[in-house]
Order: sequence, then structure tokens, then C-alpha cells
Amino acid sequence: MTESSSTTLAPEKVEVQKGWGGQSLKRKEDKRLLQGEGVFVDDVKRHGMGYLHFVRSPYAHAHITRIDVSAAEAMEGVYGTLTGEEVAALTEPFFQISSVPGANIKDYALAVGKVRYVGEAVVAVVAETRELARDASELVEVDYEPLPALVDARQAQEPGAPVLHDDAGGNLMWSGLYSWGDVDSAFAEADRVIEIDELHFHRFNSTPLECDGALVEFNRGVEQWTIHTNNQFPGFAAIMMGPAMQVGLDKLRFVTQDIGGGFGNKITSHPQLVVCCLLARKLNRAIQWTEWRTDFHMSMSHGNERWFQETKVAVSSDGTLLGFKTKALDDAGAWLRYEPLGGVIWAQVTPGMYRWRHIELEFTQVATNKAPVSPNRGYSRMQHLWFTERIIDIVAHELGLDPVEVRKKNYIRAEDMPYETPNGCVYDSGDYARMLDLALELIGYDGLGARREQAKANGKLLGVGIGSTLDSGTNNFGQSRMINPELQFSGNNEVATVKLDIFGEIVVTLGTTPQGQGHETTAAQVVADILKCSPDDVHVRAGHDSYWNSHAGFSGTYASQFAVTGLGAVKGATEMLRDEIFKLAGAVFGGVPAEALELADGGIRIKESPDAFLPFMACGAIINANNAGLPEDLDVTLNCRYVYRPPFQVPDVEKKFGNLTLTYAAQIHVAVVEIDPETGYYEIVDYAAVDDCGKRINPQIVEGQVMGATAQAIGAAMHEIYEYDEDGNLLTPNFYDYHVPHALDMPPLATGAIESPSPFTPLGTKGMGEGGGAGIHAISAAIQDATGKTVTNSHNPYQRVWELLQ
Amino acid sequence: MDVSVTVNGTTYARDVEPRKLLIHFLRDDLDLTGSHVGCDTGNCGACSVLVDGVLVKSCMLLAVQANGASIETVEGLSENGELTPLQQSFNEHHALQCGYCTPGMLMSATALLRENPSPSEDEIKKALQGNICRCTGYWNIVEAVKAVGK
Repeated sequence: MTESSSTTLAPEKVEVQKGWGGQSLKRKEDKRLLQGEGVFVDDVKRHGMGYLHFVRSPYAHAHITRIDVSAAEAMEGVYGTLTGEEVAALTEPFFQISSVPGANIKDYALAVGKVRYVGEAVVAVVAETRELARDASELVEVDYEPLPALVDARQAQEPGAPVLHDDAGGNLMWSGLYSWGDVDSAFAEADRVIEIDELHFHRFNSTPLECDGALVEFNRGVEQWTIHTNNQFPGFAAIMMGPAMQVGLDKLRFVTQDIGGGFGNKITSHPQLVVCCLLARKLNRAIQWTEWRTDFHMSMSHGNERWFQETKVAVSSDGTLLGFKTKALDDAGAWLRYEPLGGVIWAQVTPGMYRWRHIELEFTQVATNKAPVSPNRGYSRMQHLWFTERIIDIVAHELGLDPVEVRKKNYIRAEDMPYETPNGCVYDSGDYARMLDLALELIGYDGLGARREQAKANGKLLGVGIGSTLDSGTNNFGQSRMINPELQFSGNNEVATVKLDIFGEIVVTLGTTPQGQGHETTAAQVVADILKCSPDDVHVRAGHDSYWNSHAGFSGTYASQFAVTGLGAVKGATEMLRDEIFKLAGAVFGGVPAEALELADGGIRIKESPDAFLPFMACGAIINANNAGLPEDLDVTLNCRYVYRPPFQVPDVEKKFGNLTLTYAAQIHVAVVEIDPETGYYEIVDYAAVDDCGKRINPQIVEGQVMGATAQAIGAAMHEIYEYDEDGNLLTPNFYDYHVPHALDMPPLATGAIESPSPFTPLGTKGMGEGGGAGIHAISAAIQDATGKTVTNSHNPYQRVWELLQ
Repeated sequence: MDVSVTVNGTTYARDVEPRKLLIHFLRDDLDLTGSHVGCDTGNCGACSVLVDGVLVKSCMLLAVQANGASIETVEGLSENGELTPLQQSFNEHHALQCGYCTPGMLMSATALLRENPSPSEDEIKKALQGNICRCTGYWNIVEAVKAVGK
């Protein structure tokens, strides 16, 4: 990690740290993963399990007129099938988050009567082997009556457009007007009004290398399902599945160990999990489902595609930004699996990093005949922040100002923190101008003039672009009420339990479902600091199991929150345990008050006479196995459960005003590109990423998140897209056509960090990991800088750059 | 069909469906679940193993084609539970996050280092270009391999 900031805590400087927090401790998780001993969902097996394969729609939009599974079922080795008709008889439609008209759609685990995108699951077939299940699927006969397909969201509301959901009366799913400040006055006052006809943020996602999957068992005696799965938000899956299956949530046990990447894309597998549950019960055997890569690309969690239309920006001639108006049109795909929450999530970062106070955004979400969208790293904020960053560069370009200066002039200042945005969000801390200086220094900004000249001499175009993001973390789920005032969600929570077992083992259980974020390591660091022991002495259970009672309604790993909610819960539970150890030792030592005791060396002792020492092993043994004679009123179990609940209020639904997230980690990325004007081919020749996520428990893990997010952004900006043809066929259904970056695609990277501790969180931390969208913004800006042409699309493959130059 | 293979020094004889892929044979029949599946098309490299010393993507080979071969997988890298210098270097450089691509990365890097014990950064990147990682951005993986090569 590059060092150039006074508050940056480098690994080599860890001696200044008093505890384990702040150290780049090597990860506890790694040993098993490096030896091939992780347990991912497809590694879980059961005797006699049946492999599930989905028969999928070849049409983007069609009536299903007939399904015949008899030939498939007659095949030797086939255990059975499930059709949409059966699903409709056995379950209720999934609960809809949306208010009307989206609320009226009827979404089941399999297509019922109609298919709405290519790849939609129509029938499930279960057989003795993976191969047989695939073969048998070929024997399922489905007759379709094709309908015209809707693939462009901009045509969704035109008269005569194909309608996906008759129940909704059209393709409009949700719309809402957001208006804060005094937009009309801002425009009246403005020296200049910059107009931007249309900006387009493209459809892609993070393509975790492990696809979705589950191993589902049904225990007939207690009518309970055990769902081994890599779903990353079991709390959400449970509240979708329970009501649909008409069972209590105690009947749905979610178990996870290792997850092969998530990035938000593994939140909405509840329809497939319902199918597995129904088949486990119907066929009385364990059901194994592992999604194929092509299935994932065709059907899972595409990121929100969004247009910003008729944008107007009010500015002073010196580049001071006053406000903007725009119309955001969001393409939800065929179903609302997590949507229309994207219609409010963006509002967490309404003004981006800037001080403008007058903002109006009309949000419209429509259905199209494409795969359903769901959260993807940077969910909904990435689209909005790309838009605000595009505004900055387009304004600077139009006014002939330096984009660096326009940013610095308009940044929310360090001394304004905590800063209340026009819509009531509170940015907790940060110093954006300092981050920008650091990022520019890292790419050698001062020497760019000479490099531009050099590139020009070589027939190339050099450009530099800045991309900023706010990684808003720890959601206030009350924001969902702006989408639908009837919803009864608000706040947030996470759980941890910490116990001292018989032989003094410190055992931690988390409610989270990590996918590589190193929770076992960072949790151990926090515990070790409180109990004054080594992280090696702290055993953090791998994975999630809802049987452990260590979860709450919002448990999971998503939306940049572990460092706040997860570690907040760990801290709370460990402090409870610490206090109990003090109580117990006080009693054992014959009434010694807590203030006369201290923790040290894996035990507790009397400060004044350190020989009076009770190791944790003795504490655990006394309470668990040798407790006769303890005082009756000694309220100690050494098994502590803590629910961390962030301090939130329910937002004002009428005014769409309130604090929507607790923390605001920030990222500033700078990209330098060199373009060959003859072909449009370009390379990123320098790249810097500066991150501020408050106090870092493990700087190396934080830097790893920064790097990974950067790589995804580079992939999205240059290559990755879920593109459909006019008939609704996905043109990029595998890793041949959907190019994710390889080792050779990676530019030189310099990273930097500053730490602006959050005043609102238990450890001064902020959630982070999603800030990589900054790379998309930076590359758009760099191309604009190099070519002098306005970049209006977030996806800039070489061909588009070439077209820009024509 | 009868297939006999030696994997990490142990010989296995099994009756295998002719169309079964080597990766599914390893994972489903032999229960060696360290090698992973990340795509259907031979792009991602999560299933990389060494067959008679040659790096292959085990989803691109039928199990029957491996008949008589000696196969090395991630499970065979370390001895007595001790991490090899390459595995340790991955840990030290934070070259893995979710760990799903890691077994394939390790096998590709192992193949490279056997052939070229001191690879340059460019040689490392070329050797790893058949392995996709979605978590790390590759920078730390390249560093980890480079550190072992020195």
C-alpha cells in the first residue's frame, strides 16, 4: 500500500497500535481455502440425493400452452419433476416490496402460464446424476405461443408496447418524485444551465466465480427444511420463502460455510430455494442444485440498467454547483425480486460528494423481457454516482474549467462533517479534497502535461479522469417505506454470540455470511483486544447456521456493514462476556470488586496481587462443569448474545427525508488512459485508488476489497455487459462472450488510504467494499478528457471509443 | 467404462459414465472437492489440475481420457497439513478472498514455477491468464507468486 498521508496506518507501523485492531493480521480462513478444504455448497453431499436441473425458456415473452413431463419422468434414473402449475397450487406468490402497480404482479418460483425472459425457469427435473438431469430436461415438452418482446425500457410505456404483467396494468412498476431544496430558485439564480439529453448506465453484474446453489433436506418428522446454500442474505430469503410456502421461519434452517463470492448477486435465490424445498418434500430425498454458469448469466441478479434523461444542471459561472433535475428510468427486468428498492437506495448518496442543495429526481422503474435485476456491488448508488460524476466533468468541460478545481470548489468540506445532505442523510466524516490530492499525487498528476505531449507525439491520446464514490453502509431499512408506506421495516441489526467453554475456549458465532471478507479474522482481532488475549485463542465459527440462534432479521453479508453491525455485535457480546468474567472472578476470589481486577495473559487476576490468577480455562470450567457452591445471585453464564442495533429513526415518508445509512466510506479513483485514435483501442496506463473507511481493523483486508472492487469496475467499464438482441436473446451468456478481466488486463495500481473515524459506530469503523464504481466513473472521465467528446455511456469498449472519435 | 487414475499418490479404480467430465469425477466420485467449477466453457480455470505433470482444465477433459494418468490436485500440494511456500505466500500477500478460484490459481502457479522457478511479472500474468478471480483483481496473486519465485 502506498503511503502518503499522515493518518495512514501502514503495516510496518503497527507497533504504534496498542492492540490487534489496526494490524494486518494474516487471515484465519486461508489455511483451509489454500488446501482445498473449504466447504462450498456444491461440496455438501447426502446419500441418495437428486440433482436438479431447470428447463428454461427459449423465448423472451410467450404464453405456455402445454407442458408434458411424462417422457422425462419415465426415464430411468429420473426421480421426479416440478412444474409452475404445481408451484402455484402449493405456494402463494412472493410478497412484493413495491406499492401499486408493482405490488400487483404475481411472482412464483417457476413460470406460471407465461414466460417473461430467456432463461426463465419453467420446469425442474431431478435425477440420479447431474448429467441425467440435463438429459431428462431435454425430454420435457413445453409448447409456447410467442409474444412480442420488450427489450428497451425507454419503450416500455409507449402505447402498444408489449405488456409483461397484465395484473399491473402496464409495464410501470414503481415511480416516485424526489425533490429537495428549492430547485426552481436554483435555476432562476444560475448563470448557466447545462443540459444533458441522455446518459446511460449499462447492465452487468459481478459474476461471482461460484454460481448459486443449494443442498436441501426435508425432515418429515418435524416438517423442517435444512437449506445448505450460498445465499448471502438468509434473513431476506426467509421472509420471502416463509409466507410463500406458508410455513413459519423456524421450519427453514439456513446453513452456510464458505461462499465463492457474492457481491450482492447471491441475495435473490429464494425462488430456486423454494423449488428445492418443494421437491425435497415431494420426492422425499435431498435435492442438490448447482447453477450452471450460463444459467447464472441468463437469470440471476443483473445490475440495474438506468437512463438519466432531460438532465438540467444549475451552475454559477465560476463552477459552483447549485442543483440538478433529472428523470431516472430504471430497467428492472422481468420480476421485482429485490426491486423496487433500487428506487430509493440511490438516495443514500443523493448529492454525491458535493454541496449542491437543490435536487429533483423523478424515478421510474419499468419491467422488460430481460433477467430480473437485483443488488450488485455498489447497488443503485453506483448508477447515481456515475451520473453525478458525469455531471461534474460535463459541466467542467462546457464551462472550460478544470475538473479538479470544480470538484474542490464543490466538495463537502472536512470541517462541515458530520454533514446533513438535502435529503436528511448524515455523512459521518471524511476529507474528500485531501483524498483527491493523495490520488493525484499517486498517479503523478503534475507530470501529466509532459506525458500528454509525449503521447501526442506517438499518435496517441492521453486522458486523465477522476471517479468518486461514497460507499454508504449500514442501511436504515426504514427507507423501504418511501417505496411502500405499508412496509413495516426500519433500522437494522446484527447478532454475535461469544462464549467461554469448559476448557477456556473462546468461541464466537456470527450472524453473517461472509464471501471472502475475512470476518473470522477481524472478529478475532476485536475479541482479542477486549479479552486481552491472542486472536489465535479466539475461535470464530465458519459460516452461518440459523439453528445457532445467532442471527436476526437483517443478518447476512451485504451492503457494506460488517465493520459496523457485525463487529458492533462482536464488541457488544465480548464486553458482556468480559463483564461476566469479572463478576465470576470477583466471587471466586471472595468478593473482590471489579475495579481491583484486570484481564491479562488469557485470564483474570487481582491487580495488586497478580499471583491470584484465574485462567479462562478455570472460568469456563467453574461455570460449565463445577458450579456447586457459587453464590445464588451470581448471574453469569459465560455465554453472551448481543444484538447490535444502529441508532436510526424512521424516515419522513412524505418528504422522503431522513438518515438512510449510518456511515459513508469514500473512494476517489484516478485513471490515466492512452487511446489509439485509429482504432479506439485504449489502455489504462496508470491507476490510483484512495479509500477512507474510517478506522481499519485490518488494513490488508480493506486494501484487498479496494483492489477487487477496482478490478470489477475496470471490467465493467471496458468489457462486461449483459446485452440483448431485439428478440430478447442474451448475447453474453458465458465467459467467452462476457469478458471479465484476466491478470493481463490489470493496469499498474497505486492504493492509498486516509482514516476519518466514524463518530457514529462502536469502533470508529465504516462499512466498505462496494466503492469500486469509482473506476467506472474515472474511466468515463478519462476517455472524455482524452477525446474531448462527451461520454454518455458507462460502458466504453474500444468500439464505442472509436465511434466517439468519428 | 473402467477408469483407473492415481490422484495425489492414491490409485482409484471406478466404473465411470463415458461422458462424465474429469472435474465431476474428481469432485463427485472421488470426493476431492478442492477443485472447483466456475463456468461451463473452460474459461475460468477453477478446475485446473495437473495430469501427468501437464496443467489442464479438468472440465475440458473426460474422466475416461485420464485413464492411467497421474493427477495432482490442490489437496496434494501440502504435506502433513503444512502449507507450502506458495500457499504461505498467498496467505502473506492476501492473494485470496473467497478462495473459490484459489485451488486453480495454485495449480497454475505450481506448473509455472516448476518450469520457470524465477518468473518475471509478465510471465506470471501470462501463466495465470487462464484463471479468473473476481475478488482480488490479481495484483496480490501476482505478488504472491513473484515472492516465491525469488
